[in-house]
Amino acid sequence: MLAKRIIPCLDVKDNRVVKGVHFLNLRDAGDPVELGTRYSDDGADELVFLDITATIRFRKTIVELVESVAENVFIPFTVGGGFQTVEQIDELLRSGAEKVSVNTAAVRNPDLIAEAAQRFGNQCVVLAIDARPVRNSRTFKLIRQDKISNGARRSKANPDSPQHRKASFGDALGQWQVCVKAGSETTGIDAVEWAVEGEKLGAGEILLTSMDADGTKAGYDIELTKAVSDAVNIPVIASGGAGKLEHLYEAIVDGGADAVLMASITHFENYTVKQMKEYLAGRGIPVNI
Amino acid sequence: MIVVIDYNVGNVRSVCNAFRHIGCDANLSCEPSDIESSAGLVLPGVAAFGYAVSALGTLAELIKKLTLSGKPLLGICVGYQILFDESSEYGQHNGLGLVSGRVVPLPAGRTVPHMGWNLVKLPEDMDLFGGLGKEKHFYFAHSFYADVTDSQAKIAYTDYGFDFPASVQKGNIYGTQFHPEKSSKSGLKVLKNFAQICEGTNS
Repeated sequence: MLAKRIIPCLDVKDNRVVKGVHFLNLRDAGDPVELGTRYSDDGADELVFLDITATIRFRKTIVELVESVAENVFIPFTVGGGFQTVEQIDELLRSGAEKVSVNTAAVRNPDLIAEAAQRFGNQCVVLAIDARPVRNSRTFKLIRQDKISNGARRSKANPDSPQHRKASFGDALGQWQVCVKAGSETTGIDAVEWAVEGEKLGAGEILLTSMDADGTKAGYDIELTKAVSDAVNIPVIASGGAGKLEHLYEAIVDGGADAVLMASITHFENYTVKQMKEYLAGRGIPVNI
Repeated sequence: MIVVIDYNVGNVRSVCNAFRHIGCDANLSCEPSDIESSAGLVLPGVAAFGYAVSALGTLAELIKKLTLSGKPLLGICVGYQILFDESSEYGQHNGLGLVSGRVVPLPAGRTVPHMGWNLVKLPEDMDLFGGLGKEKHFYFAHSFYADVTDSQAKIAYTDYGFDFPASVQKGNIYGTQFHPEKSSKSGLKVLKNFAQICEGTNS
């Protein structure tokens, strides 16, 4: 039986792993190759490297990072961040990446998914979707302004607070829209429909991030994960919000995710990958241990 | 020296990295002279079937000739699939025909691609799996699989709602649908075993 996957995600900026909350307030979490090797040794099933500086132009540094990871890590890894062309995807795959994720570029040019899938096979093309509830888009902007003006992590809009969680996940419409450019722009595109379209075009996997949950450690957005998992036949990686071991179980069992991605809880050593797998195995989830 | 055939498809570097990591001499090359003088060949592949076959071009005939005269060959993923007769991925394409069988889509009713770590039952008489025990997880990422009809092929199966071939061995021809170079310690052991097969053949 196919094992459910545990995937640590390494957001890379200027050759360092960083992690924020709602894509903001970045904290340094270490050297990408060192951290990747540690996760691999600890039993991670895959790694995801997202170059969060590369949206504007393709950077040579990410190719060098991919080469360096590929020399040291012998599990699959996906690389994402600002790639626009099939040639760039080709370069990353040739440098040792197993898969490439596309986000903003695919929204602008959906044919990129089809072109890459036909050339490299569907399994190489990961469609990354950053989603947030339509009704919360305005709130989110206010939260950001609030954070910036206060310069404080603990404000009224503290994402860890129960009030905020309710506001984020209690949305009655259950509609999510796609955000691009590292979450800074909303598109008005329905996230579930975009996932279905991505599958039709040839994406082999959906990396689904709830922007409201990202970095909060308050749990994955199960409704969003389930809505997308039910709508597509390709694997869905749940992302954003992992804080406790139960959250992983919920994303897999209630959300229907094939894989769970996490950053904060592994980078800052709340849990090791081994602990996560032992926990899931103890609750009857097939894992590779 | 093992030659990893560089035919302009993805993931070729990873295979070389993995061989080097375990102390095996492996080089990327598309030069016929390197291919002819190699101890063994690896046909890697992250690509669609049709693209891979056309990218291989005239090297296909050379690989077939050398393999049929006894040189060990390991096909990985699409490099494994093109060992067979034909595939229906994005149109009909002919493969190398070294092992009888057709490459067909994974049947409906399951998540496709088959992506991730699945348990492979390892027959004792398959040389690639020496020292690995009865079963191990390996990393898969594919939407098509080989329906093997070759009576001379030994087959290792994995279960994805139905049993399908994860690896074949027919004489000196080896193939894995999974990626040994991305399957951590178990995968590196498979590559080590292949390197030893190559050494044995040439000593």
